[in-house]
Amino acid sequence: MAFISSGYNPDKPMEGRISDIGPRHFGEYLPPVIKKNFGKWDYHEIIEPGILLHVAESGDKTYTVRAGTARLMSVTHIREICEIADKFSGGYVRFTTRNNLEFQVETEEAAKELKTYLNGQTFPGGSHKFPVGGTGAGVTNIVHTQGWVHCHTPATDASGTVKATMDVVFDDFQNMKLPAPVRISMACCLNMCGAVHCSDIAILGIHRKPPIIDHQYLDNLCEIPLAVAACPTGAVRPSKVEIDGETYKTVAIKQERCMFCGNCYTMCPSLPLSDGEGDGIAIMVGGKISNRITKPAFSKVVVPYVPNEPPRWPTMTKVIKKILDTYAEDANKYERLGDWANRIGWERFFEKCELPFTEHLIDDFRDPAYYTWRQTTQFKW
Amino acid sequence: MAKHKTPLLDQLESGPWPSFVSDIKQEADARAKNEKGLDYQIPVDCPDDLLGVLEMSYTDGETHWKHGGIVGVFGYGGGVIGRYCDQPQMFPGVAHFHTVRVAQPNGKWYNTELLRNLIKIWELRGSGLTNMHGATGDIVFLGTTTPQLEEIFWELTHDLEIDLGGSGSNLRTPATCLGMSRCEYACYDTQELCYNLTQEYQDELHRPAFPYKFKFKFDGCPNGCVAAIARSDLSFIGTWKDPIKVDQEAVAAYVGGEIAPNAGAHAGRDWGAFDIQKEVVDLCPSNCISYEDGKLAIDHKECVRCMHCINTMPRALKVGDERGCSVLCGAKAPILDGPQMGSLLVPFMEVNKDDDYQAIKDLIENIWDWWMEEGKNRERIGETMKRLGMAALIDAAGVPVDARQVQEPRHNPYIFWKAEDVEGGWDRDINEFRKRHQR
Ligand code: HEM
Ligand code: HEM
Ligand code: HEM
Ligand code: SF4
Ligand code: SF4
Ligand code: SF4
Ligand code: SF4
Repeated sequence: MAFISSGYNPDKPMEGRISDIGPRHFGEYLPPVIKKNFGKWDYHEIIEPGILLHVAESGDKTYTVRAGTARLMSVTHIREICEIADKFSGGYVRFTTRNNLEFQVETEEAAKELKTYLNGQTFPGGSHKFPVGGTGAGVTNIVHTQGWVHCHTPATDASGTVKATMDVVFDDFQNMKLPAPVRISMACCLNMCGAVHCSDIAILGIHRKPPIIDHQYLDNLCEIPLAVAACPTGAVRPSKVEIDGETYKTVAIKQERCMFCGNCYTMCPSLPLSDGEGDGIAIMVGGKISNRITKPAFSKVVVPYVPNEPPRWPTMTKVIKKILDTYAEDANKYERLGDWANRIGWERFFEKCELPFTEHLIDDFRDPAYYTWRQTTQFKW
Repeated sequence: MAKHKTPLLDQLESGPWPSFVSDIKQEADARAKNEKGLDYQIPVDCPDDLLGVLEMSYTDGETHWKHGGIVGVFGYGGGVIGRYCDQPQMFPGVAHFHTVRVAQPNGKWYNTELLRNLIKIWELRGSGLTNMHGATGDIVFLGTTTPQLEEIFWELTHDLEIDLGGSGSNLRTPATCLGMSRCEYACYDTQELCYNLTQEYQDELHRPAFPYKFKFKFDGCPNGCVAAIARSDLSFIGTWKDPIKVDQEAVAAYVGGEIAPNAGAHAGRDWGAFDIQKEVVDLCPSNCISYEDGKLAIDHKECVRCMHCINTMPRALKVGDERGCSVLCGAKAPILDGPQMGSLLVPFMEVNKDDDYQAIKDLIENIWDWWMEEGKNRERIGETMKRLGMAALIDAAGVPVDARQVQEPRHNPYIFWKAEDVEGGWDRDINEFRKRHQR
C-alpha cells in the first residue's frame, strides 16, 4: 500500500488550504422539473404506496418513487443507486430525513416501471435492496443511530434491531392501512442521537448496571472534576483507593443514585457501563412532532426493559407488533398512536396491548415526574 | 471467502427489509477482488473486520468500540469523530476507524456525478461504508485512519468544493425539510435559509466555542417533517397569518368523492365514504370550521394553523399568503435533565432573503451571546432557559413579551420583581419605617 497524496503537504498545512466553504448549494442538484417549479407547487397525491404525484401551478407533473434503505450503505450499493438514477430519473436522486431514497420521474407509467424494477432488486441473502413504500398512513423507514457498528456507549445494536423490526412491520411499510402515519425511531443509548423522544414508537437501548470503576487507570485517563460534574444525579464523587499497597486517586459512585445515563463514561473512559446481562431495550410510545390536530408530544416508556436477544430481538419485535396491531384495530382515522392512547386512557392502553404495568413505569426523575402522576379521581377500572 | 464466521449476523440476511449485513459483505467481496486495481489507502479487509467485531458484539452483548480520542483536521474542532476498536489484534482492519461528517446539500438532493465523486474518495481513502445520512443530517463516512483525514479534507474541499459537517460543542450541521423544492405547504424557503445560515456560521460550525452543541432545523410548515420542534435548539417552523384559501369547487369534489382525502394517504383500507363533518369539521382543534349548505367556512381568527384541514383536502385548502416562520427555542433529548420540546419564542418572523435574513441573524446572535455568557459547560440552551427562566431568554433575545409564548400563565405568585419594577425602588430607611411602627 503506497501512500497516495491528494496534494496536501503536512509540512505546510496552510498552503493552498481551503476551509469553511460549507456544503454545495442545493440548487445544483434539483431535477429540472423541481427547479422550474420551485415554490410553485399546487398539490400532491399518493398514487399508490410509494408513488407520489406533485402537480405544479404551471400544470407540470412529477412522480416520486420512494424506497427504503438500511441507511448503512456501501459505496458499491451507492454506485448501484447511481446506475438506477441514471437509467430512470435523469441522474437525480434524493434522500429523505428518514433515510428513504426518492427518484423523480415524468410519467405514471415510468413510476410504476421503476417501482417494479426497485422491488425486483435483491441481495444474494434474499432481502430487498430498495423496497418501495413509506408513504401515507403507514410505517416509514426507521431513523436510527450507530449501535454496536460504530459507537462507544450503545446498550444495544441499532442496525440489527431496525432490520428485525422492519422485517416484522414490512407489510405496513408497503401498505397504507393504519389510522395515521406511524414513525418508529431507534437510539442505542440515552443520548438519543436518533431523537426517539418524540416518536410514535421508539426503541431505546438502556444500561442497567452502574459504571465499573477502573481505579488504577482513572486518574491518568480522566479529569476527575469533569467526571464528577458530569453526573446529573450527583452520584459520582472524588475518592482514593488502595490497591496492592499503592494509593490511587479515583472516584466513588453512590450506586443507588445512578440512573445509568452514561454521562460519566462520556467524560471518563475509565467508567464503562456496558454489560451483556445489564443492557437491553426500553420501548416508548405515543410521541409525535407534527402540530396536526394535537400538540407535539413526548414518547412515554411502556416497557421498561426487554433483554438484548441478537440477532433478531424476538421479544422486542413481538411487543412492537402487538402495539401496532392493537392501535391499527382500535384507533380512529387520523388519530396518531399517542392520541389514541390518550383518548382511551393509558390504563386501557396497557390492558389492550397486554402489557404489564410495573413500578418502573412511574416517573421518579425530578420535577417533570410530578406532571405524569394522576391528579384527579377520573380514571377507568 | 469471508474472513470471519458470522453465524448470528448471517441470520439478518433473510427477511424483506434491506440487509446491512448483505451490503457489508458485498463491499468486503468487492474490495477483496479489487477489479479496478485500486491502491486502497486503509486496510482492504476493514469491512470483513467490521463484520467480525460486530459478530463479537452480537455474541457477548457489548460494544467493542473505545471511547473516541481527539482526532480531526488542522484548524477545525469538529467534523471528525475518533473511533478505535478495543480488540485491535483480532480486527486490525478496524483498529483505527474514525467517522468523517460531510456537509450535505440542503434537502438532500443529489445528482449521480456528486454521489460518484463522494464515493470515489471514500472507496480509496476509507472503509467504503457510509451512513446516508446520519441522524443530524450530514453524510457520514464510516471508518478511516488518521493519516487519511487531511487527504480526505483536501479532496473534498479542492475537488468537490464541499466542507466537513459539525461535531463537538459547536453548531451542528443545520438540516431542513425539502420545503419549496417539492412541497406545496412550505411557508418559506427552508433550504435557502438553511444554506444561508450554514454559510454564515461556518466558524461556529467548525470551531467549538459554545457550552455544548447547538442545532438549527427548518420545517416549512407545522407538519414538521424534519422534527425541528423536538430536535433543535432553535427551530424555524413555517407559518402564516392571514386566512386559509378555500376553493369551494374542490371542497365539493372531496365531498362528492371525486378526490381522495388526505392525498390518498389512507387508501390501504376501506374507511367508508369521506365525511367532511366527521373528518374535518369535528377534528379541527379550535372548532373554527363550519360546513353548511355545501360551503366550507373557516373563522380564521380562531385557527391555530394545525394543518389538519389542509392535509386532508390539499387541493381545496391552501396556506395563506402572509407567510413567515415561528421560532422555538430549547428542544433536546433527555440527557441530562429530561426531554424538552422547543418553546415558542417568536410567534411570527419574516423570512426575508432581500436583507440577507438580518432579523433572524440578530435573533440568533443575541441568543448565543446570552448562552455563552450564562450557560454552564455541557448545558444545552434548553437547560439554561429552564434554569434561568423563559423571561430571561426573551429579554436576552430582545423580542417582545407575548401571551403566545405560554400555554397558560404562571401557577404561583412567586414573582421575581426587580427593584426597578416597584415604585420607589427597594432602598428604604429603617428609621423612617420606625417612625410609623414601634419596635
Ligand atoms: C453525552 C452526550 C453525547 C455524546 C457523548 C454523544 C456522542 C455522539 C457520538 C460519538 C456520535 C457519533 C456516532 C458515530 O457517528 O459514530 C453522535 C452522533 C449524534 N448525536 Fe450524540 N452524543 C451525545 C448526546 C447527544 C444528544 C443529547 C443528542 C440529541 C439531542 C445527540 C444527537 C446526535 C445525533 C443526531 C448524532 C448523529 C447520529 C448519526 O450520525 O446517526 N447526541 N453522538
Ligand atoms: C410532499 C411532501 C410531504 C408532505 C405533503 C408531507 C406531509 C406531512 C403531513 C401531513 C404530516 C403530519 C402527519 C400527521 O401528524 O398526521 C407529516 C409528518 C411527517 N413527515 Fe411529512 N410530508 C412530506 C414529505 C416528507 C418527507 C420527504 C419526509 C421524510 C421522509 C417526511 C417526514 C415526516 C415526518 C418524520 C413526519 C412526522 C412528524 C411527527 O412525528 O409527528 N415528510 N408530513
Ligand atoms: C412569601 C409569601 C408569603 C408570606 C411572607 C406569608 C406570610 C404569612 C403570615 C405571616 C401569615 C400569618 C398571618 C397571621 O398571623 O394571621 C400567613 C397566613 C396565611 N397564609 Fe401566608 N404567606 C405567604 C404566602 C402564602 C401563600 C402563597 C399562601 C397560599 C397559597 C398563603 C396562605 C396563607 C393562609 C391560608 C394563611 C392563614 C393561615 C391561618 O390563619 O390559619 N400564604 N401568611
Ligand atoms: S445514541 Fe448513544 S450509543 Fe447510539 S450513537 Fe448516539 S451516543 Fe452512540
Ligand atoms: S451513569 Fe449517569 S447517573 Fe450513573 S454515575 Fe454515571 S453519570 Fe451518574
Ligand atoms: S414540514 Fe411542511 S413544508 Fe416541509 S416537507 Fe413537511 S409538510 Fe412540507
Ligand atoms: S388548520 Fe387546523 S385549526 Fe386551522 S382551520 Fe384547519 S383544522 Fe382548524
